[in-house]
Amino acid sequence: MASTIRVRATASGDSTEVQALIQHPMDSGFVKNAKGELIPPHYIQQVTIEHGGKPVFVADWGPAVSKDPYLKFAFKGGKKGDDLKVSWTDNKGASDTLTAKIQ
Amino acid sequence: MSSSIWNDATASRRAVLQGIAVVAVVGFTGIRFGVTEAFAAVNDKYPEDAFKQKSEADAIKSLYGKTAEKSDKVKLDAPEIAENGAVVPVSVSSSLPDVTSIAILVTENPNTLAAAYRILPGTAASVSNRLKMAKTSNVIAVVEAGGKLYSATKEVKVTVGGCGGSNKE
Repeated sequence: MASTIRVRATASGDSTEVQALIQHPMDSGFVKNAKGELIPPHYIQQVTIEHGGKPVFVADWGPAVSKDPYLKFAFKGGKKGDDLKVSWTDNKGASDTLTAKIQ
Repeated sequence: MSSSIWNDATASRRAVLQGIAVVAVVGFTGIRFGVTEAFAAVNDKYPEDAFKQKSEADAIKSLYGKTAEKSDKVKLDAPEIAENGAVVPVSVSSSLPDVTSIAILVTENPNTLAAAYRILPGTAASVSNRLKMAKTSNVIAVVEAGGKLYSATKEVKVTVGGCGGSNKE
């Protein structure tokens, strides 16, 4: 199965810009379905991005983050070809991990 | 001789069975706790309580245990008018030194805290994401720098129904 995570990490000089797109419904628990029943909350709670085995960025998310969340940030110290590990866990205990190369 | 082979066989079989048992236990606890524990080990826990707060003051207090002061060094980038409240692009950056955390709150949402980011050493004090907004609301960016809290606020108008135009000037 294809990963739920798509990452583009680009190193330019000292800084590495990371863009991540995750496929996830991010149900808030406030929205009703066609039958008028509440869709139970189902959202990513934590995203961790690691470089060289050390976390560089941690996101704590509530249900107010949009469906198929997008994230952009930058960190120092990354080089072309380095591994960047992105992982998430949601409120139902599901998770996914992807290791991408910095370009 | 034959007895020693027999013993070896039982020993190795026992070892295999124990191995399976250990793997099973580790496997199950790994699924139940390993993932969250692993995160907790390197970072702080997921701030469950902060995400349940209804007011921005309570959410900030629950997350940081202090109050924020307004600062023009916190830059909050959000649209004046969002045609689709389900996807509102919001960016926060700061020129303050020693930024350790960035939080984004939407005051009119059922729970005000939308996202909190931990900025680890070497990471730039800048983040972009997309948030859901129930209706027209103030968006607050909170930046923790050098142990103090700074904030910036911007109102984002959300046009009802997602068809756009109806609330536009």
